[in-house]
Amino acid sequence: MSAPTVTRATRASSVATVIALIALVLLAAAPWWAGRADMRLMGEILLYLSLACLWNLMAGYAGLVSVGQQAFVGFGGYMLFALTIFGGLHPIAAIIAAGGLAAIVSIPIATLIFRLKGAYFAIGTWVIAEVFRLSFAQVSALGGGSGSSLPVGIVKSLAASRSGREALSYWLALGAAVVVISAVYLFLRSRRGLALTAIRDSEVAASGLGIDIWRTKLEVYVVTSAFTAIIGGLIFLQKLRISPDAAFSVNDWTAFVIFIVVIGGIGTLEGPIIGTLLFFALRETLADFGTIYLMVLGLVAIVVMLKAPKGVWGLIRDRFDLELFPLSYRVRTATDKGA
Amino acid sequence: MSAILSIAGLRKSFDAVVVADDTTFDVTEGEALGVLGPNGAGKTSLFNLITGALRPDAGRIAFAGQDITTHSAAARCKEGIARSFQIPQPFGGMTVFENALVGATQGAGLHGREAEAHAVDVLEETGLMPKANTRAGALSLLERKRLELARAMAAKPKLLLLDEIAGGLTDAECVALIDTIKRIHAGGTTIIWIEHVLHALLVVVERVIVIDFGRQIAEGDPAQIMETPEVKEIYLGIDADA
Repeated sequence: MSAPTVTRATRASSVATVIALIALVLLAAAPWWAGRADMRLMGEILLYLSLACLWNLMAGYAGLVSVGQQAFVGFGGYMLFALTIFGGLHPIAAIIAAGGLAAIVSIPIATLIFRLKGAYFAIGTWVIAEVFRLSFAQVSALGGGSGSSLPVGIVKSLAASRSGREALSYWLALGAAVVVISAVYLFLRSRRGLALTAIRDSEVAASGLGIDIWRTKLEVYVVTSAFTAIIGGLIFLQKLRISPDAAFSVNDWTAFVIFIVVIGGIGTLEGPIIGTLLFFALRETLADFGTIYLMVLGLVAIVVMLKAPKGVWGLIRDRFDLELFPLSYRVRTATDKGA
Repeated sequence: MSAILSIAGLRKSFDAVVVADDTTFDVTEGEALGVLGPNGAGKTSLFNLITGALRPDAGRIAFAGQDITTHSAAARCKEGIARSFQIPQPFGGMTVFENALVGATQGAGLHGREAEAHAVDVLEETGLMPKANTRAGALSLLERKRLELARAMAAKPKLLLLDEIAGGLTDAECVALIDTIKRIHAGGTTIIWIEHVLHALLVVVERVIVIDFGRQIAEGDPAQIMETPEVKEIYLGIDADA
């Protein structure tokens, strides 16, 4: 009898890779085939997709259910404004620097809020985000409570023409989404990712098997916070205007993101992607109905949580045993091959 | 033979409840030690103290000649202590193979193909190979108990702690599990086993200690210990003074 072999790719994952590559080429070519409004919408979708993947890694895998990631979205946005206006940096350099600064800022925050568990942790993250909002509202150089706009000179440093800027801003959003999804995928596929997945399922067993839980969570928190700040920078590069209420909005940057992850399927890589598509499909169809839109979102969230706690992707996966990202290991023994 | 585990003056209490009261004993390398005692006597707490899930109020724990009292649970696993949980704690969203792979990569520190081969080995040893690609959350009780054993063995422990691994199994299932544990012990792994299923425990262990209210009340040869009045009182409800 030959020894069992271990593989990871499945037919579904191979097909998914091909489809993803075709989709990527089509999306990259959007400035040549999509209208201005569609491109703005797609840029927004890609940035929400990135936020959802990051929140899912942090909450769905590391168990850090934060309702305060708007702290880092807003921080990234404000750093874009501060570093370009006062630091003279190019906007793209400023956004990358914002990621680095967010990583540094997130470490003392983590040591503080990691002492809190469960619901207390969630509330703690929200309080931190409010502290950020109130602090940035005090900075009069950045417009205080009413905010400020990105000066024309800085906007023009991106690209001379308006269409050039819009294309660049879209490509940055696409690039960010590709980087975030690839980074999360490669991390989860690594041995550290295996450890994180174990933490997702049982912390007590994970620590008994040699996994340093506190350190793993800290790494995830710092890395997701840094990426979240970069996405925040890109969001406000699209908007060109920032204010404390917009930058640190719990609704826009956390509630919608949680909705996306929960209806898509928390703790899976595919979930945030499906959730983002569903969220925007609902938003665009219900856009004309005003507040009814939010009530429908709430209703959908409640039904999904009650009827399909593992989200839409959980339903599909259980029904068809599918996996689009080849994370799982499959063991094949000699008998499976018909030998 | 030298002591692989040496516990001295270990104390732990939760307010008024004492779970370890001056616990002191050694475990020799290659030995199989049984731990007996009524429910709530502090048996699982003793395991939690040995694995680092709990910190003692006083006393010290030495493993393989090194003081590990202040080491974290994760560090102790890497040093060679692994356990099974009384209530199985599978990584429910991961396959059986992936569960074992966590032990092989994180606990034993193996990489790549070497880790995968070791995970396959422990699944074969524990009879879980036919379930390798099943999600651990979908396993039966016996399979979950076997998975506890497989995952602990995947970490390549020098000292294996078994917490009521035979509890809740049918006699036939129990016999198969005992065979596996005997093989592991024969392979040189030191074992400490908490068990209420006495007939299972007594065919494997060479020595037992009895704990009640965190105190060691008896220690020695299993057959003699079972005849002492204290143990009879605990297990058979016979009044020791009668």
